Amino acid sequence: MSRAALLVLADGRFPAGGHAHSGGAEAAVKAGRITGARSLEEFCRGRLHTTGAVSAALAGAAALGVDPVALDEAADARTPSVALRTAARKLGRQLLRAARVAWPSPELDALAARFPKGAHQPVVLGTAARAAGLGAEDAAHCAAYENVSGPATAVVRLLSLDPFEATAVLARLAPDMDKVARKAAEAARRARDEGPETLPAASAPLLEVGAEGHAGWDVRLFAS
Amino acid sequence: MNPASPAGVRARARIGARSDRYGRTVLPVLEGEAPLALRRTRATGRAAQVTLVGAMSGPLGGDRLTVEADVGAGASLGVGSAAATIALPGQDGAPAAYDVRLTVAAGAELRWLPEQLISVQGSELRVTTVADVEAGGRLVLREEQVLGRADEDPGLLRSRLTVRVGGRPLLDQELTCGPGAPGGWDGPAVLGGHRALGQLILIDPGFTEKPPTPTMLTPHASLTPLPGPGALITALSPNALHLRHTLDEALHHLP
Repeated sequence: MSRAALLVLADGRFPAGGHAHSGGAEAAVKAGRITGARSLEEFCRGRLHTTGAVSAALAGAAALGVDPVALDEAADARTPSVALRTAARKLGRQLLRAARVAWPSPELDALAARFPKGAHQPVVLGTAARAAGLGAEDAAHCAAYENVSGPATAVVRLLSLDPFEATAVLARLAPDMDKVARKAAEAARRARDEGPETLPAASAPLLEVGAEGHAGWDVRLFAS
Repeated sequence: MNPASPAGVRARARIGARSDRYGRTVLPVLEGEAPLALRRTRATGRAAQVTLVGAMSGPLGGDRLTVEADVGAGASLGVGSAAATIALPGQDGAPAAYDVRLTVAAGAELRWLPEQLISVQGSELRVTTVADVEAGGRLVLREEQVLGRADEDPGLLRSRLTVRVGGRPLLDQELTCGPGAPGGWDGPAVLGGHRALGQLILIDPGFTEKPPTPTMLTPHASLTPLPGPGALITALSPNALHLRHTLDEALHHLP
């Protein structure tokens, strides 16, 4: 594996459109649930251990070469909010465009042909990691990191939070991210051996409900 | 997969509903083992109604309870419970398991509307609900989790709900909450201090043609179409009463 390829894929400047999404932070700020660094950290921790754990396991399984169609179906079932399914496919399509140029591969081409409207982002992320020569735990780390870095960056804009504070939140979450990525890689291997239905399905009710509400706003800073 | 302690009770209750030649629903299987008992209760029309009695003082830590309902083609079954299910700590601190297995055939209907599950301080319970609906079957399923009795901290509750339609996964969700759950479970992304959580699932063949419109029911409750012939209502509430009111209101939005 190439450690540098992991940095390229995980870089917030990788042109995959993630900056337009707040990961539910915009709805949580508006509802008064995120008011500063402390509540941002609790938000990110909860998100990481629920949707983050699921995304990381899906990405890990895709990196191992588990059938992306079955993984996409598993991702759909684990994303009951239609607003979040739409966002995940949009992000998946944007990531796939960039990844196909960065790491050309027949598997990425096949994914684009099979899902013209976009596959779930973690499935694309794992397939891209595979094309870049990365492993399941690398893909899981990448998914876990962007699961929390997205909201942290968004809250800097939404609350004018000190960027140093937001970065400190991410630094404090690093041990949790490592743990989530390790468990996700185990879950990915299990999914390869026993089927995608064994993947984790941890859910975050406030993110689900908040996303539906957010999608109906007339004016918003972020797409989700 | 599920832990159980030698001290705990293992009990199974089974319901089998079929349509007879007059189109009435009959119950060729209706079996309970203590502490689970099943009673056939008054129903309207050609449907059958069953009330689950006796889960109200449990499960205790170490218990492993299983409830199965199988609804055959053309049959219509409603299942409720006489009281809330209360997860209680056992003597040796062992976790309890509660498994629900539902199967609904094409042209059949199951209305699975039990009372709340209350997670009591010091308890540890894993609830696993799996519903398999054939294409053309109809399911209404309600789950309500209440974290602690009045002014009480909850126990550790893991609840996984899997719904498949025509063998395809339509919904797969797990909620883990209470002491010992992964960090952030009560934070602003997951429960945010709410003490009652409910889900109402409706699987209906009519949704294939006409999926339901996403709707905000309250600031903390939404209706969303599932990726197939189904809808999910998720509601967070401060307490069980408020939650039931929200879900009852939500039922009116559905066909």
